[in-house]
Amino acid sequence: MQLSTKHLLGIKELEPADISLILQTAAQFKEVLQRPIKKVPSLRDITIVNLFYENSTRTRISFELAEKRLSADTINFSASGSSVSKGETLLDTVNNILSMKVDMVVMRHSASGAPHFLAKHLPNTGIINAGDGINEHPTQALLDAFSIMEKTGGLEGKKVVLIGDIMHSRVALSNIYLLKKMGAEVMVAGPPTLIPKHIREALGVEVSYNVGEALRWCDVANVLRIQLERQNQVLFSSLREYNLAFGISRRLLDSIKKDIVIMHPGPINRGVEIDSDVADGRESIILQQVENGVAVRMAVLYLLAGKKSEAS
Amino acid sequence: MQVLLNKEQFRLTLTRMAHQAVEQYDHLHDLVFIAIQPRGVFVGQKIAGIIQGLFPNEKIQYGVLDITFYRDDIRKELHTANETHIPFSIENKRVVLIDDVLYTGRTIRAALDALQDFGRPRKVELCVLIDRRFKRELPIQADYFGRAIDTHDSQKVKVNPETEEVLLY
Repeated sequence: MQLSTKHLLGIKELEPADISLILQTAAQFKEVLQRPIKKVPSLRDITIVNLFYENSTRTRISFELAEKRLSADTINFSASGSSVSKGETLLDTVNNILSMKVDMVVMRHSASGAPHFLAKHLPNTGIINAGDGINEHPTQALLDAFSIMEKTGGLEGKKVVLIGDIMHSRVALSNIYLLKKMGAEVMVAGPPTLIPKHIREALGVEVSYNVGEALRWCDVANVLRIQLERQNQVLFSSLREYNLAFGISRRLLDSIKKDIVIMHPGPINRGVEIDSDVADGRESIILQQVENGVAVRMAVLYLLAGKKSEAS
Repeated sequence: MQVLLNKEQFRLTLTRMAHQAVEQYDHLHDLVFIAIQPRGVFVGQKIAGIIQGLFPNEKIQYGVLDITFYRDDIRKELHTANETHIPFSIENKRVVLIDDVLYTGRTIRAALDALQDFGRPRKVELCVLIDRRFKRELPIQADYFGRAIDTHDSQKVKVNPETEEVLLY
């Protein structure tokens, strides 16, 4: 069994069988992470560069840990303090790094499509998208799916609502692609200004502008971060008002009278999209998502590294 | 195709191997059995079941180990990983590794590496149903085996879980 692709650019490009293979492999890596020695030698012949053109805490640490747990050699790069500030192009930077015999690239970039551009120019190097602009964040969707399966037993037929800033969220887009491919039902909910027009027709999701209604409908609620850095226009009047109309509060959750799973990809704006007593409450699997992130990224790296050298 | 062990021989051989594995011991606390995924599991379950029958008042410690992430041919061929489940400590224990067929020895090499990540056993022994002798690529030998056979590289040995037979073809 192997993946149908050499890169992980987005969930859009994956087959359902690829997604199943990644999730199934991740379950085995999760067991590895429970051992006294949480490390396997699988990637000791592989060198990976983590190219982060945009800030990240969780994703970056998670990838780095996943690489180390697989015994890969790693190099970390962040745009600030590098030659990028001297005007070097993306392709030049990457080609220079690859000339030092690097096998795989994990990249986060603020431009949508940046990893696809790299993959086009460097077909023999495994490229993993760690988030590109407002397009996709495939490993987040994979770890979200893994966490839903772990908590509820499967994806097929599950009702998942994505709440908040759908417009600017790469997490939302990757989640929608993945959940639809795996047979789940998807709804997006939030203020009309943050939900793209025609999303229902384009992606086959339900739309609701009422968070209470969305919560009553779903089994799982994935609450997204209000991305203040991507808002260059005023799409809601204030954070306080957003919280009152669309935030997940304990009172709202208790009024649903139904067990639902609460997720959040982080970082949390406490008191904006989700209140602290919900984020830290019994329904929340937010920290399990982070834990599962390492196992899922190990699976992706393992499967792509195997594929890579087979081609060469 | 040749039948190496028929159903009755299969049962007798496993019974002998199970007795051999526990022969020098009168208790089970520091003895653990670990079968190698995927094909060692059927043989491992049978042997563990026989030993459990010999010690009805003690709980036999039996686990399964997947060696996919420790293989030395990862870049040649990617295998699908199976479950690893070792619900006990192996620290200072005597570990009996169980597999169906011992051939090149590379699987056992990987299993020894994998085992180290769970602790430091006092001793590791190897128990295989079929030993394809003179075919080793590494210096690894079995402590207990069902039957040693001479084979060509083109031949395959298969344990059939349904019919409980061992076939060479």
